[in-house]
Amino acid sequence: MQNVVYAINGPVVKVKDTKDFSMLEMVYVGNKKLIGEVIGITEEFTTIQVYETTTGLKAGEPVYNTGSPMCAVLGPGILSNIFDGIERPLLQIEKISDSAFISEGANVSALDEEKEYQTEIKVKVGDHLKGGHIYAECQETDVVRHYCMLSPLLEGDVISVNEDGNYKINDTVCVIKDENGKETELTLCQKWPIRQSRPVSERMLISRPLITGQRVIDTLLPIAKGGTAAIPGGFGTGKTMTQHQFAKWCDADIIVYIGCGERGNEMTQVLEEFSHLIDPKTNRPLTDRTVLIANTSNMPVAAREASIYTGITLAEYYRDMGYHIAIMADSTSRWAEALREISGRLEEMPAEEGFPAYLPSRLSEFYERAGYVETLSHKEGSITIIGAVSPQGSDFSEPVTQNTKRFVRCFWALDKSLAYARHYPAINWTTSYSEYVDDLSDFYTKNAGTDFMECRQAISNILIEENKLMEIVKLIGSDVLPDDQKLVIEIARVIRVGFLQQNAYHKDDTFVPLTKQLLMMKVILHLYSESKRVIAQGNVVNLVIKTGIMEKVIKMKYDIPNDKPEMFDDYIKEITDVLDNIKSDDEWRAK
Amino acid sequence: MSLQYMGLSQINGPLIVLEHVDGVSFDEVAEIRLDDGTERIGRVVEMSGDKVVLQVFEGTKGLSLKNTKTSFTGKPLEIPLSKDILGRVFNGSGKPIDNLGYIYPEKFADINGKPLNPVSRIYPRNYIRTGISSIDCLMTLIRGQKLPIFSGSGLSHNKLAVQIVRQAQIADESGQEFAVVFGAMGVKHDVADYFRKSFEESGVLQNVVMFLNLANDPIIERILTPRCALTAAEYLAYEKNMHILVILTDMTSYAEALREFSSSKGEIPGRKGYPGYLYSDLASLYERAGLIKGSTGSVTQIPILTMPNDDITHPVPDLTGYITEGQIVLDRNLDQSGVYPSISVLPSLSRLMKDGIGEGYTRADHSAVANQLFACYAKVQDARSLAAVIGEEELSEIDKKYIAFGVQFEKHFINQGFDENRTIEQTLELGWALLSLMPESELDRIDEKILSEKYNPDAAKRFYE
Repeated sequence: MQNVVYAINGPVVKVKDTKDFSMLEMVYVGNKKLIGEVIGITEEFTTIQVYETTTGLKAGEPVYNTGSPMCAVLGPGILSNIFDGIERPLLQIEKISDSAFISEGANVSALDEEKEYQTEIKVKVGDHLKGGHIYAECQETDVVRHYCMLSPLLEGDVISVNEDGNYKINDTVCVIKDENGKETELTLCQKWPIRQSRPVSERMLISRPLITGQRVIDTLLPIAKGGTAAIPGGFGTGKTMTQHQFAKWCDADIIVYIGCGERGNEMTQVLEEFSHLIDPKTNRPLTDRTVLIANTSNMPVAAREASIYTGITLAEYYRDMGYHIAIMADSTSRWAEALREISGRLEEMPAEEGFPAYLPSRLSEFYERAGYVETLSHKEGSITIIGAVSPQGSDFSEPVTQNTKRFVRCFWALDKSLAYARHYPAINWTTSYSEYVDDLSDFYTKNAGTDFMECRQAISNILIEENKLMEIVKLIGSDVLPDDQKLVIEIARVIRVGFLQQNAYHKDDTFVPLTKQLLMMKVILHLYSESKRVIAQGNVVNLVIKTGIMEKVIKMKYDIPNDKPEMFDDYIKEITDVLDNIKSDDEWRAK
Repeated sequence: MSLQYMGLSQINGPLIVLEHVDGVSFDEVAEIRLDDGTERIGRVVEMSGDKVVLQVFEGTKGLSLKNTKTSFTGKPLEIPLSKDILGRVFNGSGKPIDNLGYIYPEKFADINGKPLNPVSRIYPRNYIRTGISSIDCLMTLIRGQKLPIFSGSGLSHNKLAVQIVRQAQIADESGQEFAVVFGAMGVKHDVADYFRKSFEESGVLQNVVMFLNLANDPIIERILTPRCALTAAEYLAYEKNMHILVILTDMTSYAEALREFSSSKGEIPGRKGYPGYLYSDLASLYERAGLIKGSTGSVTQIPILTMPNDDITHPVPDLTGYITEGQIVLDRNLDQSGVYPSISVLPSLSRLMKDGIGEGYTRADHSAVANQLFACYAKVQDARSLAAVIGEEELSEIDKKYIAFGVQFEKHFINQGFDENRTIEQTLELGWALLSLMPESELDRIDEKILSEKYNPDAAKRFYE
């Protein structure tokens, strides 16, 4: 019997009296074949969430089974593409609908089926393949080599192999036969259910940082490859800007950028900007290593819920090839709201603030798909998740922020007052934390400099000290402080303005290598110890300020190009000279 | 389809329920004819088997279970469009109310619109000169942007919106046609009148399309008003290649109408009783701004909303801020001290500004001036809160300078006349003059080179004359 639509409420559709559907199965709804997914089954009703607008859908229209869960198509052609939340290519949709607006029922294949890839076959007849085995490779973009791996669900002996040559994604390149005699043709692509994580051989310890080139992150609040981080912040505090900076500069091989329920113009900006920006490591446009998933706030809400899973499935696929992936999810709050919206339509019992009770478990499922792993093909790969959180009313005690906090190990809190003062990145150094500092200290000591961790601690101590002193200053003003404490406040200002604040639009300052970060810290600490010395000799702090040396140190981020580290020696020398001269100046006055 | 259904099976607030209905589609519009001959419009909001829930836009007053005949149109709500809508006045659901007769339509368009494909958008870069210093310099309005005004009851948001419309129109030199689409949701009669009069005085009235749902009009119709307005705007912009400025006021009333509708449907409420889908719903309006490939027109939105109790964390301003590309926040203290426009500079922001200013757009030093003014004014606030505790006398020299800077900044930069139209040059020079009140060493956001060129303490002297 044909299954038909019985009830419609927004994106939720019900089918009555059927036992044909399985949980989380993908279905086509109505004459327009809207894409949907089964989210609830009772004896009476099967509940389906539809990923497109249901305007115009009628009761009595057919619902078709597909027999498989929501899957992502994985194969060459993913990179430098832009998809919606259920992996439909937006450029393709623009072409077929011939309009700037997205029409429903647009059935297009996720990847370009006509494009040919120069493919090398890596197996021969008789080879025994297990899940994860690489059977073919091709050049996907100029910078990324694509490895076609046997789906983790399959195993078998190769019984026939085609020759190297040009293949489309659906062409058979070899055939395997499993122990039951079932033959499977392998093409360049495969499918994987988006809500299930792809298996790995082993999870490894976290030991390497994801270098972002942002001083406040790399130095004070580092993130590891395979780690998880959350960026919470009210509107206008720069979540998106910070995410863009990471996407542009972090040292991952591949970036998956999920625009989840955010602004359309922002996605357009990413598209435009990334195709113009040249990756310094490869000399190719950034789009060559980027996948964009754009489900803007006005696109159907159910697809917004799926977009996060689609994104991470694509990331896992590339991780299995041995790449390091960074995922930017902007913003997970919109995703949580999509959950809430669907849950409301299903009339489920709400927990906190109307969010469903399963919000924490869904969040943890997502963040746990990050990690540094040994893949089935025994390569090393990692997924780092950086999720933006948009707390309602900028209140960090709301459920999404609080639950996210439990599952991430880096918490970069964006601060309204810093953003108001246009201090970017507006990451508050006192309320933020990173649990990866200890895991990464070996790496920093070995690769950035033996004294990196000491300098980091010294800088951090000054900021903590300043924080305490500011409490006093707020009450009674800074004039009453003794000179050594005034100096702490001044040096902290140098750190804040000269080190933590970073200009994304300045050609050198937008990305700063670790070595320069260390040298900058050293100059600031040198300035601190030298000024402390002259103040201990009885000079007042105002004399130090009047020399203008602090302003000079603050501006070193602009004045010293990234490729001229030797200039820092001049700064060290100049600081000592200038401060020594105060002393003589003072002595001269004493005479 | 001429099938008519007699009577109703249930009436609940603005919702009516019909049973034994066949072949109706979701979101379809129905005509409900009463025995007295009047007609109302309803929309399908929920279907379950042969039971259909309709939302009646004009309200259910006077409806009974047996005095109605309902027929379905088979289409979602559409409004007639042609270039003749310019200069006309419509009610909240798109019917003419100016006694000038019906529109001869070129086409009908579904008021719900469709989501814009992000790849078909053009990233907005051209700035709109409003002639208001604080906006032009610190939160530049970009063509294709959605920039709301966050206000409170009793503040001068309407005056500000009118000034923006009038001066933006004057500044537009592209030669392209310019029009205003005005959507009023739940505003008072005299407010709507004020807008009409102001448009008339500035000579744009024949280029204004008005959709009015006033405070005493049916609440459910209010949910349609912004959609009608935006559908008209999209038509004029993308098909007729005009530059359209959409003013929507007041979004808070709109959200309240949505809440009323949601609770009458028995939906599970989210924050403060607003439905859980408020974000998606607001986004489906605000996202209908921008520029698209293949058209030279643009839709720029200036929604106005009053923050209940001046609370910016209230769900409506909060969710709005997450969707729109910045905000202009008005401040009651400034307003009370006689500053117009009373723009609270620090929480205000324009996200698209960074790519629409500087060399080739405004002036090379624009972003430096803006950043420095923000940074200095943030310090003014610190100094003021310190002064409130220990008294102004006890402040350090530099803090005193900040206090003085703050006073002049508010008096000369933020404050300006309703008729005063400043060029971007004037605004930036004024900014430099104010910055020159501060010692050079405090200006840490500006490149050495520009600073030495532009820093001029003599220019600052005029503030003390």
